[in-house]
Amino acid sequence: MNLSLKIWRQKNKEDKGGFKSYQVQNISADSSFLEMIDVLNDELIRKGEDPVAFDHDCREGICGMCSMFINGRAHGPMQKTTTCQLHMRHFKDGETITIEPWRAKSFPVIKDLVVDRSAFDRIIQAGGFISVNTGQAQDANNIPIAKHVADEAMSSATCIGCGACVAACKNGSAMLFLSAKVSHLALLPQGQPEKSLRAKKMLDQMDEEGFGSCTNTYACEAECPVGISVTNIARLNREYLSSSFAGD
Amino acid sequence: MVLDSKIPGGGLEEKWTKYRSNVKLVNPANKRKLEIIVIGTGLAGGAAAATFGELGYKVKVFCFQDSPRRAHSIAAQGGINAAKNYKNDGDSTWRLFYDTIKGGDFRAREANVYRLAEVSANIIDQCVAQGVPFAREYGGLLDNRSFGGAQVSRTFYARGQTGQQLLLGAYSALERQVALGNVQQHTRHEMLDVVIKDGKAIGIIARNLVTGELERHFANAVVLATGGYGNVFYLSTNAMGSNTTAIWKAYKRGAFFANPCYTQIHPTCIPVHGDYQSKLTLMSESLRNDGRVWAPKAKDDKRKAADIPDSERDYYLERKYPAFGNLVPRDIASRAAKEVCDEGRGVGATGLAVYLDFADAIKRLGKPVIEEKYGNLFEMYAKITGEDPYVTPMMIYPAIHYTMGGLWVDYNLMTSVTGLYAAGECNFSDHGANRLGASALMQGLADGYFVLPYTIGEYLSGEINTKKISTDDDAFKDAENNVNSRINNFFSIKGKLPVDHFHKELGKLMWEYCGMARNSQGLTFAIDEVKKLRDQFWNEVRVPGAANELNPELEKAGRVADFLELGELTMRDALHREESCGGHFRTEYQTEDGEAKRNDEKFSYVAAWEYKGEGQQAALNKEPLVFEAVHQSQRNYK
Repeated sequence: MNLSLKIWRQKNKEDKGGFKSYQVQNISADSSFLEMIDVLNDELIRKGEDPVAFDHDCREGICGMCSMFINGRAHGPMQKTTTCQLHMRHFKDGETITIEPWRAKSFPVIKDLVVDRSAFDRIIQAGGFISVNTGQAQDANNIPIAKHVADEAMSSATCIGCGACVAACKNGSAMLFLSAKVSHLALLPQGQPEKSLRAKKMLDQMDEEGFGSCTNTYACEAECPVGISVTNIARLNREYLSSSFAGD
Repeated sequence: MVLDSKIPGGGLEEKWTKYRSNVKLVNPANKRKLEIIVIGTGLAGGAAAATFGELGYKVKVFCFQDSPRRAHSIAAQGGINAAKNYKNDGDSTWRLFYDTIKGGDFRAREANVYRLAEVSANIIDQCVAQGVPFAREYGGLLDNRSFGGAQVSRTFYARGQTGQQLLLGAYSALERQVALGNVQQHTRHEMLDVVIKDGKAIGIIARNLVTGELERHFANAVVLATGGYGNVFYLSTNAMGSNTTAIWKAYKRGAFFANPCYTQIHPTCIPVHGDYQSKLTLMSESLRNDGRVWAPKAKDDKRKAADIPDSERDYYLERKYPAFGNLVPRDIASRAAKEVCDEGRGVGATGLAVYLDFADAIKRLGKPVIEEKYGNLFEMYAKITGEDPYVTPMMIYPAIHYTMGGLWVDYNLMTSVTGLYAAGECNFSDHGANRLGASALMQGLADGYFVLPYTIGEYLSGEINTKKISTDDDAFKDAENNVNSRINNFFSIKGKLPVDHFHKELGKLMWEYCGMARNSQGLTFAIDEVKKLRDQFWNEVRVPGAANELNPELEKAGRVADFLELGELTMRDALHREESCGGHFRTEYQTEDGEAKRNDEKFSYVAAWEYKGEGQQAALNKEPLVFEAVHQSQRNYK
């Protein structure tokens, strides 16, 4: 396949940045999207030009590091697919593909397609855990958990923290990310004692980081590469409401 | 040099208990003054850093990714072993210990492996308390499955994402300590040297990958938990960033590198599709429970699978290993696939693949059953290859997956450098020459949560009167200068070839001559080739950009330069070990029917390689393996 690429290039945080056009030839339809960028970078280096910086690591859809906005969509056109698992057979020969970084106030661009997502770590630091030290645990089977509850918690826990939900949201809200963690822990008995306080602290941190509010467009759910459901957001709202009654 | 493994006395079952009762303690006021650096935030590093923080030490943790949650432990699919015996099927600490040491082909240390089996049960308790959503039965209790040919069901799992859930558990514990101020987190940082003064590790030099700044960090102890070195083969199931740099720098500063040739090849991965392939994806080996492996009987058979009649198919695993059939261990299945492809009977565009066929299973059990068992794997396969495995047989080929070798450590997990520790995949200690399925997660968390937090106290209790060493000290300055001049070197070469070119070439040599089957002639040849490639690298590589910015090519250059050295050591280790054991198969040493032939008389030892200086050959130190509790038997799967 031969393709035209319009890629966002930005030298650093301060640079204004802009699109630059590139051509790539003889791309195998079986290669992944990132392998296609590898080919481009290989050519750029051989020509003495600066390769395109992008985040990636596991390349099997689980680490959450890859983060491209492709033709106006987080992780590209395929549903429930990370950029690294997107393959070139889903594009047409001769197509022009536009590639941008995640766009959100709370994810400043570091370089080209690389953004700073450390705000997510700080949201988890605010309360995304169960306060238990190593060595304090009772026998694992002392806490029976109904299968459907454990399964639901697992579904929320599969969030890979990539930030596509924020990039897809017109308000740049992190509600889907945050609610997935709050739900995962609130569903389990181990997470009950801290559940209200957790929701409040994490939401406060989200506001402090400058993420927008949720206006229920559900763009986050549509673009989530692992299918995290917006029902998590409803659960989060419930926990938050109860925290305002509980006080702290 | 005599390697002291510091294994406590007493019977195997009481060593760890006694050790814990007698280990020296550090009082809380002193803990606050003692600093620990942890490199890597996977299961071992994340768990260790969090636990050190809980204990009250001053901790700094580093990772090259943008968040600790991205470490490659996250990609582990299958599960984690623990001797809970919840199934009442006869499991015990002893059985888990024995399976692990036998699976490792009797090339691991008894005392370490026993301790691993002992703490395995605590890991499950800890993870459940953290909120890890393991799979459950309808009664609400934890579910288990059997894995990797074990006769008991001792594997705990969270769908096909066990590694992810365990890592997120460790990550949440770690972030809690960050919030409490006990741990300082440095993401997008790469360790580029260990600083040593008077024979003790006193800190590190790290590069801030965003600004390019070199930083000096002091610590009373340094823990490396940086994962495996499988990417020395270029194509592997590792993440793109997985590297050997931290442990290689440690090696060059005096930490011995043990058994580098023990590398594990996983038989069921999606085959290579072309030159620009960047990584290989593993398909869980549970697929071999129902899939039948075959290749055409004729060479260069280009027909579609469906057009090849049953009489012209060779179900070679069933033919060669009638007792175990498609379920033979990883090393045997991998080697058999390679043999078939070497004979010209491989399938697919490259001829480097064999079929894993579910047609019979679908006929026997019906599509819905297969879908329920393997649906997510079939979906993943279809996503990557564009083919539907319900209709066309899957194509698979072996790929590098795990490295059993790593830094030599004693019972305390301390390397041969005082104050420098190695935990998880980057040490050599628990898996011998071959790792069993679902044991990697167990070892990472055992080291991080339950071993290091005790053993590091043994050392740090003696460090309470050691004064903090200023980062202006010459030891720091010299180390930083070395790092700096190496970075400048990369830019000064101004060659024409990208770093990846050299990485790929190295990978081809490693795979061809130091992969599934090795021999003296090939290894001798390849050692020379690696040296040539290394010379070419230092003359012809092009590293674009500058040092003072985010520069992924510069990062890669440093890592590949280290792989080019480690590759040679791996081959030398493989060449010196004149026997076949576990993941190390030497074609000269096999039984009449082609099975691995161990030589316990000559090679029942840990090969710990000592760095002797630039351009010098590494020196071999041996730690004899003493088996007091078990008998070294031969494996047989016919």
